[in-house]
Amino acid sequence: MDAIQMSLLEQVAGLHEVPEGAYNIRANGKKAGRNTTAHIDIVTKADKDGIDIVIQPGTKNESVHIPVVLSESGLTETVYNDFFIGADSDVTIVAGCGIHNCGVQNSEHSGIHTFHVGKNAKVRYVERHYGEGDGLGENIMNPTTVVEMDEGSYMEMETTQIKGVDSTVRTTRAKLGPGATLIIKEKVMTHGRQLAKSDFTVDLDGEGCHTNVISRSVARDQSKQVFLARINGNAPCYGHSECDAIIMDQGVVSAIPEVTANCLDASLVHEAAIGKIAGEQLTKLMTLGLTEKEAEEQIVNGFLK
Amino acid sequence: MLELQHICYEVEQDGGEKNILRDIDLTIDERFVAITGPNGGGKSTLAKVIAGILTPTQGRILLDGEDITGLNITERANKGISFAFQQPVRFKGLTVKDLITLASGKRIGVAEACGYLSEVGLCAKDYIDREVDASLSGGELKRIEIAMIMARGTKLSIFDEPEAGIDLWSFSNLIHVFEHLHEKINGSILIISHQERILDIADRIIVLADGRVQEDGTRDRVLPGLLGGTGGVCSALSDKVK
Repeated sequence: MDAIQMSLLEQVAGLHEVPEGAYNIRANGKKAGRNTTAHIDIVTKADKDGIDIVIQPGTKNESVHIPVVLSESGLTETVYNDFFIGADSDVTIVAGCGIHNCGVQNSEHSGIHTFHVGKNAKVRYVERHYGEGDGLGENIMNPTTVVEMDEGSYMEMETTQIKGVDSTVRTTRAKLGPGATLIIKEKVMTHGRQLAKSDFTVDLDGEGCHTNVISRSVARDQSKQVFLARINGNAPCYGHSECDAIIMDQGVVSAIPEVTANCLDASLVHEAAIGKIAGEQLTKLMTLGLTEKEAEEQIVNGFLK
Repeated sequence: MLELQHICYEVEQDGGEKNILRDIDLTIDERFVAITGPNGGGKSTLAKVIAGILTPTQGRILLDGEDITGLNITERANKGISFAFQQPVRFKGLTVKDLITLASGKRIGVAEACGYLSEVGLCAKDYIDREVDASLSGGELKRIEIAMIMARGTKLSIFDEPEAGIDLWSFSNLIHVFEHLHEKINGSILIISHQERILDIADRIIVLADGRVQEDGTRDRVLPGLLGGTGGVCSALSDKVK
């Protein structure tokens, strides 16, 4: 891998070198490295582009890194990654996509990730998106995440897109079994003329299941964001979604809640707060000696931390 | 030393002009000065004018002889003015340690940040990583606000009604912090308060009513009149007491 690809890798996966545990690194559409462990297998799909990640039941405290980097302008790819997470396992999965586009053509990566989370399994899934390059070509990412959760399973999904992605439509579909818990934490910052749309649908099908979909976002310049959280309570369950957004310059944020209780014992809550940085917050930090611009940076960084 | 020369502050209200501050002339060089008086008398406005949050319509402000009237909030903060808000501001995402670090103006270790928190009666390990958001009570926020002022350690520290918005129990604990505050801050403390226990530890008390200085003197001279409410020193205040 070259220096640009290594730098992208650091941005999306926090990796300075080859990670420990299982990994699969994809660079410009090709496999750039792979490692499997006694409990985690990674197999290239035969029928389409992508991999199957098979985590054996009872695997504890192991991690899988599957970063993707694109540094060739004009590359368009759709990749299917399926995760089979065995019962009673406890694992961390780090995915991410970094695009460096110095050319005039658009670079586009669409990752379709499907998670089959076994009974009582616990998964932490971290996904970071990052783009750079001063070419005219756009960096486009359209991730789709499908989650199927068995009884008593737990998944925490952290998605972050802070910089350089011109256009993104994130689609997440989840179905929860009895007693399952899905926590989604999304952080987005858009600038320039970027567009970011997040579309979450969570079906709370099993008794006692629970979801919390939390979005914190900042829209600067002329960028636009749409946050759509659709929660269907089909059993006695608890669902909560929250959109908290700061708008700056001419940034625009739409929060569209859709909560449907199909069961008398479903408890569903949606909260949304969109606004500019409160004047008193700026004033407070300025009384500590920060300039208005420094105060703004501190507030935004803290908000997205 | 802070000098206020002929400070006036007017706002437009109901189509006319309303005078919030009328020709305030004060020199503050004492260790601990309290400003009191009826609500709406101009106390908080005066504090904001000193901190640079409001711009006076007339008059000059001097800090150690330097005219700071034209300086903005940041510039005045860097000249050595600290301001504790009456209603502390909440920040989603910023932690107690973040704010104390920003207040101190340098990278500080956890031990130093903890030092400031314990001075205001907060157990540091419980608070240092807490977000300064709606999960904190009014009393906790006030203490963190005071810890930030201590971390700054500037030549002038202004507190706008530290007792406001907290219950009596929390306040009686907080009073001990103020009793020893001047030992921690090497500079003048200017505190706006209605609380007898705060006034009781001030070197000097200024009574502000209807935008004017109605009374100004040592604690021993001013406080008895205020407490009696019949000393004739401040009709507005004595009316309030009655």
